[in-house]
Amino acid sequence: MKKEWPLWEVFVRSKNGLEHRHFGSLHAADAEMALENARDVYTRRNEGVSIWVVESKYITASNPSENGEMFEPAKNKVYRHPTFYKLPDEVKHM
Amino acid sequence: MDSKQRSNYVTSIADNHLILGQRLGELCGHGPNLETDIALTNIALDLFGQTRSYYQYAAQLDDAFASEDAVAFLRKEHEYHNVLLVEQPNTHFGFVIGRQFLFDAYHLLLLEQLQYSADATLAAIAQKAIKEVRYHQRFSSDWLKRLGDGTEKSRKKMQEAIDALWRYTDELFEMTPIDQLAVDAGIGVDLHALRPMYYQKISEVLEEATLVLPETNYFQKGGKQGRHTEHMGYLLADLQYMQRTYPNMDW
Repeated sequence: MKKEWPLWEVFVRSKNGLEHRHFGSLHAADAEMALENARDVYTRRNEGVSIWVVESKYITASNPSENGEMFEPAKNKVYRHPTFYKLPDEVKHM
Repeated sequence: MDSKQRSNYVTSIADNHLILGQRLGELCGHGPNLETDIALTNIALDLFGQTRSYYQYAAQLDDAFASEDAVAFLRKEHEYHNVLLVEQPNTHFGFVIGRQFLFDAYHLLLLEQLQYSADATLAAIAQKAIKEVRYHQRFSSDWLKRLGDGTEKSRKKMQEAIDALWRYTDELFEMTPIDQLAVDAGIGVDLHALRPMYYQKISEVLEEATLVLPETNYFQKGGKQGRHTEHMGYLLADLQYMQRTYPNMDW
């Protein structure tokens, strides 16, 4: 039997209206314990109003050794940013 | 009820929290894992925060106390009126959870009444504490169920703890003369009325945890009169060391 509890990733929403952000990870035996541990470890200084936990094994991550083909092609394609339009002065907050 | 008696009543409530907080504090850095260590320390800090509010008020009410620190650190063993349950040692994790669960269930019922106290300060302290204690109860009940309904070994150890601690539960509902005065004055909680609700709650959770309700008619008491178990002296030696060695120290 494996002695270590599985790893969980913790996402905390710090204010209503904001999105949940990844805060870190922790060990717990089940989802309920993960939620309580997350509350005690990550929100004890009033950091949050909502918590999500997900077992780390359910997260599919990109492989760092494939960063070349995954991310580098996007580097020199500045035209994908919508910065080439002339905006009328009346349009604010763009 | 004069203000000295009122101070006694307030102190007798908070002594339970101070001593239980001290017990939990002993586990800081020694919890079974990092997450549980922080959780237990959080609970200890909640209890100390509540203790401070009560003791500050007690010191205001009674000139014999120079400050909240004098209430916390400068009394003799027989002047602490906490129940025997909270001074019991951290024998193993099952005892920590069992002790916490048996106290939390009482604590929540107490606060649910104390929030309607005619004493506005007590009512305010209770209203603030109630949310903290609701979480304590959730934490300890969840662990109780997890260990009770866990492996054969965890179930055996959890049952052992409940069996050993059970004899201290009835004292929670003992009414001292000060408790009665506080009830008569409309500021205190009638503990007898809490007893049936307490055992109802406890038996529900124990059943869910697949644990057996201990059957005994022998209950140990005395803490409320200042007669403590042999563990209390050691606990106080640790708790009071700094104030006794460096009187009036502050930081």
